Parts: sequence; C-alpha cells; structure tokens
Amino acid sequence: MELNFTHHQSAHCENGVASNLLKSNGLNISEPMVFGIGSGLFFVYLPFLKVNHAPAISYRTLPGQIFNKVAARLNLKIKRQKFSSVSTASKALDENLKNNILTGLQVGVYHLSYFPDEYRFHFNAHNLIVYGKTETDYLVSDPVMETVTTLTHDEMNKVRFAKGAFAPRGQMYYPIQIPANVDLKSAILKGIKNTCRDMLAPFPLVGVGGIKYVSKRIRKWPAKYGTKKANHYLAQMVRMQEEIGTGGGGFRFIYAAFLQEASVILGNEELKTLSKEMTKIGDSWRDFAVEASRIYKNRSAKEDAYNTIADELLDIANREEIFFKKLKKAIS
Amino acid sequence: MEKENVPQDISNLTKNNVKELLYATDENGEYTTTLSTGWEPKAIALSNSIDEINERIADAKSQVENGEASPILYFMELNKMDVTILSSYVGLWKWRVKRHFKPNVFAKLNDNTLKKYAAAFEISIEELKNSITK
Repeated sequence: MELNFTHHQSAHCENGVASNLLKSNGLNISEPMVFGIGSGLFFVYLPFLKVNHAPAISYRTLPGQIFNKVAARLNLKIKRQKFSSVSTASKALDENLKNNILTGLQVGVYHLSYFPDEYRFHFNAHNLIVYGKTETDYLVSDPVMETVTTLTHDEMNKVRFAKGAFAPRGQMYYPIQIPANVDLKSAILKGIKNTCRDMLAPFPLVGVGGIKYVSKRIRKWPAKYGTKKANHYLAQMVRMQEEIGTGGGGFRFIYAAFLQEASVILGNEELKTLSKEMTKIGDSWRDFAVEASRIYKNRSAKEDAYNTIADELLDIANREEIFFKKLKKAIS
Repeated sequence: MEKENVPQDISNLTKNNVKELLYATDENGEYTTTLSTGWEPKAIALSNSIDEINERIADAKSQVENGEASPILYFMELNKMDVTILSSYVGLWKWRVKRHFKPNVFAKLNDNTLKKYAAAFEISIEELKNSITK
C-alpha cells in the first residue's frame, strides 16, 4: 500500500512535515512560509531544565505550536490524535493509510534506525510523514533526509511511543479541511506580529532578553562550573543553534527567507531590507558558533575567551532588539 | 550566508552519506536552499558531546566494577538516558530508580522490576545482571 506523495527535503522537521502535508493536499506553501506564519522563531533559556546534562536553550517555539498556529491563521482544520496503547495507535495509522490519508507523526529520535548513530539521542519532538506500508515496513518521509526511507513495524511502534519529555504518545495529525482560498497576507502579518511580541517580551528568559541573560551567565560559567562543564554547556548551546533542523544560524536564515517571500506577497519593500539584515544577524550567530568552537576545541577556558563570546552574544541581542522593533513598525 | 560560503566540511554526516539542507542567498541576494555535508564548529560540538557521553559510560562502568553502583546506572548511561528519561521508560518514580543504583538494593529486585529495566535497555535480564561483572 503506497500513497501518491512527493518528498521534499527541508531544514526543519515540523515545518517540513507541515509544508509537505499541505503541498500534497493542494496548498502550495514553502517551508519558510510555514515557519514565519507559525511564528517559529524564538529564543528561550531554561537553566532549570537539563537536556543532555546542560541547561536547555531553544531557538524555536514549543513542538506542535508552529503547525497549530499555521492552521489557525490559514483556517485549516488539523486533526490530532494521541493514544494510550500501541495497538490502537498502529490500527489508527493503518486505517488512515487505507483511506488514502497522508499522516504526520510526532516521534522520538532515539530509535530512528536511519539516523546516524551520533544523532540518535532522546529527543521526542521530531516529525515525519507516513505514506505507505508493506508487509515488513512503513514507508516514511522524514523531511530532514534527502530521500524517503523506511522503518520496520516494530521500530515504528517504538518511535511513536518513545518516553521522556514531550513523549509523543503515538501522536498523529493530518489536515481534514483546507479552504480553496487562503488569506496569506493576513496570516503573514499575524505571524510577524506574534514573533515580534515573543522576541521583545519583557521577561528575562525569553526573546532578546533571554539572549542578554545568557550572555551575562556565560561570563560566569568557567568560574562557576569549571572548564570542563562550561565547555560542555557551550558545545550544547552551539548544537541547539546549528544542528540539523535549524537551517543554520539558529533558524535566522529560514526566517530571512520567509521575510523575503513575505515582502513579495505583501508588496512591502521594507521587509526585503529587513530580510537582508536578518541574514547578517544569522551570519553573526554563525561567527559566534565559530568562536565558541575554538574554546571547546582547545579545551581551555580562559575567562577572556568566555568574555569575548559573551560580548558577541550581547551585540547580537542588541541588534535583534533593534531589528524586531523595526520589523514591528514595518508591518503596522 | 551566501550559497558559495555554505561549508562542506567532513562531519559525522559524511560517512553516513547524509546531507542537510540550509537556506542561503544566491548571487542576486535571493534566498535558495542548498545542501551541506557538515560544518567543523558543529562537528566539534558533537564530538565534544560524544566524548562526554563516553566518559560518563566509562565512569559508570568503573563504579559498577568497584561495587559502588548497580548495572542500571551503566546501562542508563550507555543508552544516553538520564534519570528522568529512564524513570519514564520503566514507569517508576525517579527516587526509586535512583535507589536501584545501589548494588545492595539492585540485588534484591524481583524479576518483574528487572524486566522493566531490561526492556527499557533492550537487553535480557541475564545481560542486565551479569554483562559487566562477568
């Protein structure tokens, strides 16, 4: 059993699944568009939540939110189901395939056999599409892979019922209603407003304030935690920023691509200029990653090295603050 | 980032023949997508994490060998888990999982509980009990 489906590789799994699902249902919408309308860009620092034994830092919003916001802003209806047992979950998936419904799944990464070993860690907010089933395998479109792939029935049950933070509990989702005409313009405006609000939020741990706060903390890491732990924290931060799924520069390049597309749709030249500015900010995030990697490569933790990258981070935060204020103005 | 500056460094992706997609600008400054084999600063960050995990595994192993910890600690590290994740897989409170790190508590565990751990680590009870000490 195999449904008609064209795989498109994407940078990030959730945008990619959303974009691929909508494309196959006749709504042509790019990955950056999904990301922008769904207000995916974010920054949050959660020192009390440890991921891989380091404080959690995220450059995007919570899993599931992007697609939900896209659905709300474009008036799509998405059905989401979670399951308490493995057997009902796999029955529901098979039923969907029988009814010719492409189905998005939230899965854990650890048991994804087609991922390189080094990338298989306990992260449960990955997304993929199932487009068919054979006697032994499920046919899988994982948006971060170049081509389609497969999982055995057993592996599929494992990834759908991975445990830990954000446990997917078999979650599957698929569009059940897509209007013939969608109002992209108003959706884009809502998406941008939401992102400006998030990034300029007056709380210390999120948005621009969060970046500033991390910059302040980083200076103290070597003295407070010792070289080894400080370097580990820093390496984890760079991974969250640059690892597969981000499109590079902590999602800043995808966002710049979105602004460029938005400027054409809205006929707003200002957004094009801002897209270029966001690209430069993304480049600075990349420079930050290069500087940071020098520190943990040499396994040294000179305090000035940490101070230098903290300064870089502060500079990025200040520029993003100005940027999002301008962006807010550009669409009001 | 310009398309021609997208790094094509050797990374853990290369040997698996996986390429990732990045957004970059073309010669006219327009956004397009391009594939990358990897980027050195990222590869170092990843290998740093892997070293860290391997150290944790080695450390856990010696603790088990010295009778300071039960094999559950070792297999937890080997499976890149922490107490929160493991407790969620076995369906036990975190404090109970931590207690099971003690060799004398572990020795008294019944097969039912051992089975949960073995299933979480995808090994047999026999392996869970004996694979390090023997």
